[in-house]
Amino acid sequence: MSAARTYELVYIVTPDATEEQIAAIHEQVEQTTKKMGGSLVKTDNWGRRKLAYAIQHHKEGVYILETIEGSGELMKELDRRLKVVDQVIRQLTVRVDEEQRVVDRTRTRRQTFQERRRVARGLPPRPDPSERPQSNDDDGMDGLEGGEV
Amino acid sequence: MPFGAKKSGGRGRGSAARGAEKAGQGQRRSLFRRRKVCKFCADKIDDINYKDVKLLSGFVPERAKVLPRRISGTCAKHQRKLRVAIMRARVLALLPYLAD
Repeated sequence: MSAARTYELVYIVTPDATEEQIAAIHEQVEQTTKKMGGSLVKTDNWGRRKLAYAIQHHKEGVYILETIEGSGELMKELDRRLKVVDQVIRQLTVRVDEEQRVVDRTRTRRQTFQERRRVARGLPPRPDPSERPQSNDDDGMDGLEGGEV
Repeated sequence: MPFGAKKSGGRGRGSAARGAEKAGQGQRRSLFRRRKVCKFCADKIDDINYKDVKLLSGFVPERAKVLPRRISGTCAKHQRKLRVAIMRARVLALLPYLAD
């Protein structure tokens, strides 16, 4: 197996951390990634969010999502380093590449299947936006129906 | 939506009529019960992501437990993925473990 795997690392920083502190943590993640032969694909700051439950008496947190390509050892190291940082109150690493591959495959398979079916019916492969009106079944209750049993 | 009739309109009414005929047997609890469909299959949601709080929160009622399949109608495959996504979201305090 090659070492190139894609991971998503989400960590929550305390709301009272300064911009510089957050930048410093991010910097550390970036440095570690580089040093261990990985690459930081994307960084996404979700900003301040309310926590669903209190973590170390904090009710809010700053969420940061990093998409990283690298080895398992790298993620282990990042996890260890973030645990040491006091400002980071929660973190989660998820491997996403395998899952993403499956999703892409089902999506393209459905697409080609749809196109083939449309061609068989003598239509152009891509549906025209005007051609198919949106479903009017939306009562906002999907997935919740029968809840009153 | 060409398949709409299958879900609610035509068939539902048909079974209701049949139910009225069989009403003498008295087994049927309600005449109208809409057939439950897996939301993820119907809406073609391939990726049940832990970051999608809006989607997931529909499957954790007040008490913050995972909504069972028998109520939501989610298929087995998607319920498994949904459960994992909810568990991950809980770690990140995007969803509560319990609420009261």
